[in-house]
Amino acid sequence: MSPLLTVDSLTITTRAGLNLVDQVSFSLAPGEMLGLVGESGSGKTLTCRALLQLLPEGALQITGGRVDFDGRDLLRLSPREMRQLRGAGVGMIFQNPSTHINPLMTIGQQMAESLRLRGRLSRKEIRARSVSLLEQVGIPSPEQRLDSHAHEFSGGMRQRAMIAIALACSPRVLIADEPTTALDVTVQAQILKLLDGLRREHGLSIIMITHDLGVVAQTCDRVAVLYGGRICEIAATADLLKHPAHPYTRGLIACQPHANVNAQGPLTTIAGAPPTAEEMPAGCRFHPRCPDAQRRCQTRQPVVHDVAQESGHRVACHYPLQRLIHRELDHE
Amino acid sequence: MSSHPLLEVERLSVSFPVTGPGLKGLFLKQKLHAVNAVSLQVEPGSVVGLVGESGSGKSTLGRAMLKLEPSCAGSITFDGLQLDNATQSDIARLRQQTAMIFQDPYSSLNPRQTLGEAIAEVLKVHRKCSAEKRASRVDELLTLTGLSGDYKSRYPKQLSGGQCQRAAIARALAIEPRLIVADECVAALDVSIQAQIVNLLLELQRKINLTLLFIAHDLSIVRRLCDRVAVMYLGRIVEEGPTESVFSHPRHPYTAALISAIPDIDPERRLPDTLLRGEPPSPLDLPDGCAFHTRCCFAREACRKGEAPELRGDGNHQYACLLEAGEAERLTDPMR
Repeated sequence: MSPLLTVDSLTITTRAGLNLVDQVSFSLAPGEMLGLVGESGSGKTLTCRALLQLLPEGALQITGGRVDFDGRDLLRLSPREMRQLRGAGVGMIFQNPSTHINPLMTIGQQMAESLRLRGRLSRKEIRARSVSLLEQVGIPSPEQRLDSHAHEFSGGMRQRAMIAIALACSPRVLIADEPTTALDVTVQAQILKLLDGLRREHGLSIIMITHDLGVVAQTCDRVAVLYGGRICEIAATADLLKHPAHPYTRGLIACQPHANVNAQGPLTTIAGAPPTAEEMPAGCRFHPRCPDAQRRCQTRQPVVHDVAQESGHRVACHYPLQRLIHRELDHE
Repeated sequence: MSSHPLLEVERLSVSFPVTGPGLKGLFLKQKLHAVNAVSLQVEPGSVVGLVGESGSGKSTLGRAMLKLEPSCAGSITFDGLQLDNATQSDIARLRQQTAMIFQDPYSSLNPRQTLGEAIAEVLKVHRKCSAEKRASRVDELLTLTGLSGDYKSRYPKQLSGGQCQRAAIARALAIEPRLIVADECVAALDVSIQAQIVNLLLELQRKINLTLLFIAHDLSIVRRLCDRVAVMYLGRIVEEGPTESVFSHPRHPYTAALISAIPDIDPERRLPDTLLRGEPPSPLDLPDGCAFHTRCCFAREACRKGEAPELRGDGNHQYACLLEAGEAERLTDPMR
């Protein structure tokens, strides 16, 4: 299937000339859920904000690359064209719904605002459509809830409401920026099921920004792992989790504690901290923290290449971990 | 291990006055019962996890245990000393021996102080070392928590979340506390940093025999870090016991639901389809009987009326649920 959205060598630069996002490329197929995983400062949110031209004006600039959506380059749209695309083409939901929902407007008013922009609908139609959207995202007694303000909702309900507002424009791509990070586990599970259902039933493509590999494992078809503004590995979820090719991915998986496994003692960690934009290391950006780093890693930037032919598993590492080793580990 | 727990609370309750809706509400003062008759013991040198969803009262309990929140009933005993009618000097002694780490390190550090100043201030106020030694002690503490001495001239806004949290831990350690209450102290951090902080706490616990009350909603970390775990739901402890026993044989449906809702990193281990329904009811209007019955798929007539069930079970693993052992087995059954 041809991809719906293709990001090609996207580069975002600060005024000081630092590349916060460096040559990031990925694609998103219709109905696919793609995970963007990385630590803070890895550029996952910036990448997605760039797609909608939501970068802070003046401070950051897109200095390279293109983003193809529906035959158009999103980076070269006029503000007017962009405004039409936001919401309708690409919608976005955020980690903290209470700061992204207008506290002075009812949920219904905010949905109506979006619905009105998309077409001439009568008041009655708008109301009916809003009710069905709230129903779709699992808000009980939607008729009454339409007239509620954000503060009358619980955290989980607020996130559902924000999803409903985003869906009001019937987007084809939904960018979900850490949508469950602020929620309790039981509510997180509900929201993940909801997003998964939207994708399955309505063919919505979703980019899921998260730092939680557990969330990725449960929802995403493919994952891109970002580090220091670059993609270090991209693969199908199961493949990536079982056979990580990049030492960083392996580290991320190893340092995640399991709730279902009894284990004692210290966790495996990745030494050091993610680099800041001012102190980006040369060569491979992960090399100061990498246990397998060689001299080449300090000077030469690895390019993203296929791990195996036509597997779709791509990695940016001079010395990718061998599959063979993992097979041995599986047998242990 | 000494004969008495380092910190012990007996039927502790905390409530807050709240105003109701509308003009009438201003005069109709309601009470929000954030913590309800909670008993908990923290043995010296142990790590006790306190888990629950937001609004379950776990933070309030943690604060009340350190006398940072006035309690309305029950008693608190720290190191054999009853704190009900504590004098100023008792409280001062408690402050000398306990510390707290918060979720958001940015808001717990003074933005106008460098890290060095923030830590040195603690050393100065608690007279932990002489003025000359202060600078080197600051370096030592920063190094102990994985930062380098260079960080002492930095301001919180110049740091990442993980670095800031390390600084907050360094500051908490500055008073050489016997008990640290860590309130969601890794929730805001990156995974690789989270593991580092968890390891740091494990290491400190071993090295200086630190006692830790670890308040968290992330059960996977609790399982790794804690010796005992207490699960809270709407102000009450619904299950308490050794971590392994609680995780592998949960006796309360809420505990079981919490454990099953964690997204596992193994894609083949899917989230269960029978998720916990809805969200917790308002703590202002607690349901009769077991507060969990509105979301519980095992609820029966007896759960819906009367008082909330008392904790029962053997002394080691307690639970506040009417389910018998045979029925409780179904809790962990993935096919239920």
